[in-house]
Amino acid sequence: MAIVETRGLTKNFKAGQAAAVKDVNLESREGEFLVLLGPSGSGKTTLLRMIAGLEEPTSGEIRIGGVVVNDMTPRERRIAMVFQSYALYPHLTVLGNIVFPLKARGIGRSEREKKADWAANLLGIRHLLDRKPRELSGGERQRVALARAIVREPSLFLLDEPLSNLDAKLRASAREELEQFQRRVATTTIYVTHDQVEAMAMGDRIAVMNFGEVRQIGTPAEVYDDPADTFVATFLGSPPMNLVEHGDVVIGFRPEHFFPVTHLAGRAAVPEDLRAGETEGPYVPLHFRISHEEYLGAERILYGDLQDSRFEAKKVISRMSSTHGARFETGSVHAFAVPEQHLKFFDRAKGTRTARVPLVPAESP
Amino acid sequence: MAALSKSSRRILGGIVHWIVLVVFAVVLAFPFYWMFITSFKRTSDLYNLKNNPFIFNERPTLEHLKLLFNETLFLRWLGNTAFAGLCVVTITLLLAVPAAYALTRLTGRWGQRVGIGIFLTYLVPPTLLFIPLSRIVATLGLQDSLWSIILVYPSFTIPFSTWLLMGFFKSIPRELEDAAMVDGLSRFQAFLKLVIPISLSGILTVVIFTFTLVTQEFVYALTFISSAAHETVGLGVPVFLVRGDVYYWGSLMAACLIASLPIAVLYNLFLDRFIAGFTVGSVK
Amino acid sequence: MSALGRQRWLGPAMFLPAILYVAALIGVPFALAFLYSVGDVKVASVGYHFVGLENFRSVLQSPAFRTALRNSFVFTVSSQVLVLIGATILALALKDAFRGRGFIRFLILLPWVAPVSIGSIGWKWILDSLYSVINWVLIRFHLANEFSPPMWLGEPKLAMLSVVLVHTWHMLPFATVIILAGWTALPKDIPEAAAVDGAGFFRRLFQIEIPMMRPIMNVAVLFGVIFTFTDMTVVYILTRGGPYDTTQVLPALAFFTGVLGSDLAEGAAISIFVVPLLVVVAWLMLRTAHRAEVT
Repeated sequence: MAIVETRGLTKNFKAGQAAAVKDVNLESREGEFLVLLGPSGSGKTTLLRMIAGLEEPTSGEIRIGGVVVNDMTPRERRIAMVFQSYALYPHLTVLGNIVFPLKARGIGRSEREKKADWAANLLGIRHLLDRKPRELSGGERQRVALARAIVREPSLFLLDEPLSNLDAKLRASAREELEQFQRRVATTTIYVTHDQVEAMAMGDRIAVMNFGEVRQIGTPAEVYDDPADTFVATFLGSPPMNLVEHGDVVIGFRPEHFFPVTHLAGRAAVPEDLRAGETEGPYVPLHFRISHEEYLGAERILYGDLQDSRFEAKKVISRMSSTHGARFETGSVHAFAVPEQHLKFFDRAKGTRTARVPLVPAESP
Repeated sequence: MAALSKSSRRILGGIVHWIVLVVFAVVLAFPFYWMFITSFKRTSDLYNLKNNPFIFNERPTLEHLKLLFNETLFLRWLGNTAFAGLCVVTITLLLAVPAAYALTRLTGRWGQRVGIGIFLTYLVPPTLLFIPLSRIVATLGLQDSLWSIILVYPSFTIPFSTWLLMGFFKSIPRELEDAAMVDGLSRFQAFLKLVIPISLSGILTVVIFTFTLVTQEFVYALTFISSAAHETVGLGVPVFLVRGDVYYWGSLMAACLIASLPIAVLYNLFLDRFIAGFTVGSVK
Repeated sequence: MSALGRQRWLGPAMFLPAILYVAALIGVPFALAFLYSVGDVKVASVGYHFVGLENFRSVLQSPAFRTALRNSFVFTVSSQVLVLIGATILALALKDAFRGRGFIRFLILLPWVAPVSIGSIGWKWILDSLYSVINWVLIRFHLANEFSPPMWLGEPKLAMLSVVLVHTWHMLPFATVIILAGWTALPKDIPEAAAVDGAGFFRRLFQIEIPMMRPIMNVAVLFGVIFTFTDMTVVYILTRGGPYDTTQVLPALAFFTGVLGSDLAEGAAISIFVVPLLVVVAWLMLRTAHRAEVT
């Protein structure tokens, strides 16, 4: 178990250009699964590589288990890393791959075999020990990479988008295996991804990054329901949060909280749309002209714009379960609403979260 | 190793790195420095064992160069080499460019195999073929003439060039020619008007390398050509620049320098392209 | 004529000239070499008489041939070992960018780019019996006797050493370029994974990077073996095979016998001995070429 801390960590690849990682202060908790989430270029991989010792920080400190590791080589940091391509040694067998880190530490033969056996067993790859990496499927390679990582019983796991090279079908099962694995070994894990679904599903906490800075760290619920700025608000959630300008603020509301007024009227409310208590309380009525609809099976996504002089025909999205059979014709205008408690307010200039402001009342029709 | 800190390890690594580079660079390039300094040293300085050989002990001189250009056939050899090079390059291009294209585009998998086969002929050594070839050359009445080597050299420049060009052509997407053919060009026209212009850098690389292959060749030239006036530089300099048993080292080294440096510069400029063609060709 | 029909003859029309040319100038002499070796052709002779293995018998019995065969192997193996080690070290030093790399690369390429004959004659001057600069340095450092300095091209063992070293010098750049290309093609994350796994510099080098580069090293070695075993230029220029045939190699012997000595049949028989080696090497190359593609 180790706590990873970074203080003021910065990486500048080329003087004069924008920093890849800017003054990041991070502290992981013991045994947690911490996700670094962000679009490409956000600096998440660079941050991970600095923690691993593969990249030299321009300034700032990295501590693992309380010890400053800036001057230590990767080898001395006693961490394990799984690369995007898994980086299996192609000329060694699976067994050879797994024992390699043990050999590098000078561990004796019988001890090596024991540990390799334990790791292979843990990941269910005992039957693959004689194979070469090129003979394995994507999922099997991931397991070998994990076995190689776990065999040293490291205090820290670093994973760099290990699921992105797998095809979509495989990704779901590989993700589940990864989650189970991490829970079993309970080692502090830092996981890099650009996929917010992965981040939400797997992370105990998520650090959302953009342009080298950490915008927010929090549990999935915190970053989703309580975003610190418009970037976090729109990066998480698909379709993204609706953002509407209003004077000095930007008002945000999620598509699933934007539904026909009829859903509020106490009629048979469907659990997916509304949680207990939402039928009561004030709400903001908004007229919504629908331009087109996507039927996705379990859900329907409605695209359109607000027919409201306050918001200048702003494009918004609504999302509801398909169990609502209501028909919506393109071009038609409907009375929709957002419960007031689900409105988020952001400073228009800076994008950061601000206090609620009262809305200018709508003009009477 | 773990005892040293990261920064001192880096300094040590840097020093070792530089020592390795300097040692290799000196060992590999020294003969050329030696050619240079010998070319311009006065004979009295050159043959005086008491002098430090690494520096000019007397003022440098152009006497060796003058001798080389005025009293030997060196210029003639340069001309011969240039002429032979030009002819061989022309023949090679005319045959290798279409062949490489056809083998890449028009023949499918067995075309690849033929391509590899062609490349393997490059490995057949001149020292195996030179004896029968000397007979063939004599039968054709070409012995002791530049035309003998102009005839024979393409036998290795064509395989080499074909293989290089195959690598270049392979990297051109097929869709370009397909689009041209849909637009109305025939396959051959697409080849002439589209593929060749795009591959000019590859073709230029092939020209340079073919030319260097011509200048570097020794065995066939030694076998087929006997009279001094018809020699190429690679043959004339080591074999004919000696008078009897006496080596005029000053002029000899000057000749060597002139015969090697221009090629070296050209080669260096095109090396990256060569490597690109080489690795694309072999790793696919 | 349909477009498809046209296409069918275009391919062959485009590659046949090249193939025919090469077949004529390589295939025909190749066949002739075999024919001569079992005949009794001399430069001036007109007819052809089949003599079976007579030429081979007389060749195998000649001590000059046996020496040349042995020398060829010694020459090839020692220079290739030196080249492989040297090229790997040099490629290691060159693979990461540094200031002046272009210039150093130019210097390093010189031995390969300059014609072999020219480089060899340069070395002949450096190794000259009277004026060798190497001897001058050795004498200065008191490592050699002023009155009997090493005769680099005159004493048998030294002559062999000189010939091996000059050939190594000539082949080193080519092997370096190939190995360097292979090194830069290595995926970057595998050595990084090895570093994280705890491997230090040398373990990474010998247990991970070099094994991964085996296919391309094989290619470099195989090329080197062919070019070295079949080369006669270095020996011809430096020693002419002397002193007393101690540096004679197969191709040079074939030349002296067949071209200078006008005994085409015997010369051909000698040069044929190169063929088994060629076949083995070609087969090995095809096999490793496949493996280089698979990764």
